[in-house]
Amino acid sequence: MASILLLAAVVWASNETGLAEQVTAQMAQATGNTSELPWWAWPAILIVFCFILGIIAVLAGVGGGVLFVPLVSGFFPFHLDFVRGAGLLVALAGALAAGPGLLKRNLASLRLALPVALIASSCAIVGAFLGLALPADVVQICLGATIIGIAILLLLSKNTARPVVTKQDALGMALGIQGAYLEPATGEIVEWKTHRTLPGLLLFIVIGIMAGMFGLGAGWANVPVLNLLMGAPLKVAVGTSKFLLSITDTSAAWVYLNQGCVIPLMAIPSIIGLMAGSFVGVRLLAKAKPTFIRYMVIGVLIFAGGKALLKGLGF
Amino acid sequence: MNTEKTNAPAEQITYANILFYGCWGGLALIIVIYLIYITGILDPYVSMAKVTHYWALPVQNYLTDNNVPTGWGWLTLLNKGDFLNFLGIALLAGLTIICYLPIIFAYLKKNDRAYTIIALLEVIVLCVAASGIVGTGGH
Repeated sequence: MASILLLAAVVWASNETGLAEQVTAQMAQATGNTSELPWWAWPAILIVFCFILGIIAVLAGVGGGVLFVPLVSGFFPFHLDFVRGAGLLVALAGALAAGPGLLKRNLASLRLALPVALIASSCAIVGAFLGLALPADVVQICLGATIIGIAILLLLSKNTARPVVTKQDALGMALGIQGAYLEPATGEIVEWKTHRTLPGLLLFIVIGIMAGMFGLGAGWANVPVLNLLMGAPLKVAVGTSKFLLSITDTSAAWVYLNQGCVIPLMAIPSIIGLMAGSFVGVRLLAKAKPTFIRYMVIGVLIFAGGKALLKGLGF
Repeated sequence: MNTEKTNAPAEQITYANILFYGCWGGLALIIVIYLIYITGILDPYVSMAKVTHYWALPVQNYLTDNNVPTGWGWLTLLNKGDFLNFLGIALLAGLTIICYLPIIFAYLKKNDRAYTIIALLEVIVLCVAASGIVGTGGH
């Protein structure tokens, strides 16, 4: 799948057949230290690759970062330090762009997001330093294991559209974590509140650390915790999770930025490509077959996770 | 169709509006600056040939061998095409801090102490992360 994506990217990026051959050869090397391509080829390939990635991410209902980091670190000649820095910026830009619409439609709740964000963003800083302090091969192994875990989570998790919350817990009530949104399909007003707020908040310690450590947006973890554990409706969980990334990823992104892990030549085309792809993906959403795409993404994640694992183990 | 119950709170709308203009303004700035960079209108600090070599190596090699500044050191190199890009990136990365400021006052006005403190702490956390005062060097 990744190879098909890359090949498509190459064909789109250039009319020169020789260039496509060079790219294919370099992709085979995966992490070759030297590049024979002209400097402009990699940004061109990245922008097309990330455009396709953006479409797939939207159709599969996952954030761009979770696909970007394992695929780009596995199949492009960039060191993991720079891929994580770019991955966080990619996830951050996507979350910032989605935030206004979600907040205005009340599908992202500030009252739910703010306490969660404080925990997750503080821990993301710790995670970012942890990720930069550990040897690259150890991070690569942990990344591989996490990506495979995410694929299994996506395969097994069965989110509930509207979890039943009979009684709000004391913490949720004290913080006033509740709201209502309009279901456009039925015109129904959906009211919601949370339960199990404390265990939910505590889980964001782990989520924040992982987001910072691997440079991933953590939507894959946010949604099940907000929806299945805390009882937020799926739409609110997805919306708040996406908005939440704009805060969590900000703290980790600053750490990577301050440590010199952002190379504009590769980070900017990644951001632009992924955002453009996301816009197209949203428009294709009505026509696509989400189940097929979901399984395809799970397959890609297992493949990319396995590749990261093997790379970390020195194979 | 929208009832009062489903309307987003005022502070949420304020946050959304700042985010909207900041995000799209930031992205437009990023694209313009990137074009200035790759078209060579401004010379880069680290040449394209060097960047494509060093991006395959750990960050420490890139920083040391090219004398690349960390933290806010990029501000001193804004006349270079590659470092000018950090202006747009910093705007995007700093946008959340800007969005938080008015909601602190909104919660304060509502006498919502818990959320005033939460929002205030978040700004402190993000400012500490942005300042670069925690942590030293990568691996």
